Amino acid sequence: MAKEFKRTDGRKVDETRPIKAKVGIVPNADGSAMFSFGDTIAIAAVYGPKKMHPQHQQDPEKGTLRCDYSMVSFSTPERIRPGPSRRSTEISKITQWALEPVLIIDQYQTMVVDVFINILQANASTRCAGINAAAIALAHAGIPMKNLVSSVSIGKIDKQLVVDVNKDEEDWEQGEGATDIPITLTPEGKITHIQLDGKITIKQLKEAIELAKNATKQIYEAQKKALKEFLEEKNKE
Amino acid sequence: METSKLTEEKIKRYLTEGKRFDGRKPNEFREISIETGVSKNAEGSARVKIGKTEVIVGVKMDVSEPYPDSPDKGNLMVTAELLPLSSPKFENGPPRFPAIELGRVIDRGIRESKFIEFEKLCIKKGEKVWTVFIDIYSINDDGNLFDAASLGALVALKNARIPKYNEKEERVLFGELTEKRIPLSKEIPLSLTVYKIGNNLLVDPTKEEEETSESRITIASSNGTIFSMQKGGLKELEIEEFYNMLNLIEKTEREILKKIEKYLK
Repeated sequence: MAKEFKRTDGRKVDETRPIKAKVGIVPNADGSAMFSFGDTIAIAAVYGPKKMHPQHQQDPEKGTLRCDYSMVSFSTPERIRPGPSRRSTEISKITQWALEPVLIIDQYQTMVVDVFINILQANASTRCAGINAAAIALAHAGIPMKNLVSSVSIGKIDKQLVVDVNKDEEDWEQGEGATDIPITLTPEGKITHIQLDGKITIKQLKEAIELAKNATKQIYEAQKKALKEFLEEKNKE
Repeated sequence: METSKLTEEKIKRYLTEGKRFDGRKPNEFREISIETGVSKNAEGSARVKIGKTEVIVGVKMDVSEPYPDSPDKGNLMVTAELLPLSSPKFENGPPRFPAIELGRVIDRGIRESKFIEFEKLCIKKGEKVWTVFIDIYSINDDGNLFDAASLGALVALKNARIPKYNEKEERVLFGELTEKRIPLSKEIPLSLTVYKIGNNLLVDPTKEEEETSESRITIASSNGTIFSMQKGGLKELEIEEFYNMLNLIEKTEREILKKIEKYLK
């Protein structure tokens, strides 16, 4: 293989796919947003804060964040059976952990903020797109937040680190194969979520985190822009 | 939030004067907008908006064994999910009655009308046939999911292309589509619903109107031929009223078909 790893879609190694973000896509919800990395499209809707049901899950000390991640059946080439899976259950929890550090919901004792994420079209990095959509949907809902979070997957494809892994890269089998590292950062560079599957040295992992820092800066800008656009639209009305 | 008694009474009062909150006539639909290709990974897909109501519908296909009573025919499976994302009223968990009913009503309209030519979806008699999955998801529920879902299902079917199938290995090459379309009949079995509120009839209710209504009739038909019907709701209907509902559906069908024909070519 050539020294310079060529990405199948022609991107530079530190380049994300085209990012789109839009706020206010589900009129019924208290907050909602769409976020996409190229062909990976996530939508998120926020309901709450509202009374927690079932009652026994109420926390008398602070508000609760509840996240639900799922993929529509036709989001992948092979149909996904509707309903929760072990994978979606884990990602739901990971998403909650990724978002909770920036939320200020202690004052909503016994209440819940529900975040529903649906993947409409999948081409890898769906959890990252979901977290990015959820973060701006929460802001759109007016939930008090210290800041946004921004999420990106860093891949090691054979020996090369790349930003925003697509499906071809995720399935890479030659050489050292693929290592997938989804990372969620606050704008100050704090890690609220990191996972890893594959094989990587500590040195390269550190490089991966540096790449994630730069990529999430761009994502953060796109998220802020979507929120600003919404406010501008609203002010026009 | 439930629609309050006060709102319900006001809706009823308005309708006796032929008026609705949003200024529409009782037989008038909200604006319909349709988009195809919602998911590149679906064989066919559509996004349908009727006013603030939005659904997405995807068609997926797979090869499986035929049912013993139809060894040379393809299969159909329609499911509907009322996503909690789409309304504060919907919760996670196993599908409840409204989602089950929605899926089944759409299923029967398509199945009974023979819109899909299932005999052309047979690969090897008694062994291998195509199954067509139609999956409906609500994105925002502001009433009339029935009609939005029907439109979405028809457009997504029209939009779909059959995936490649490796006959030697008996394997579907998911993600690789042929140029072949799903064989469909020319007659479009559009399913429409008429609601009764008080003594008045209306089409395309908002959520408030839908909740005020005590009975409804959904009919899949084409050019005056009816393929499937479902009465929903608690209240009985006079036969005369029922005929009026049929008339209203027939008139509405012509108007809606005109509006959406370009998506159904």
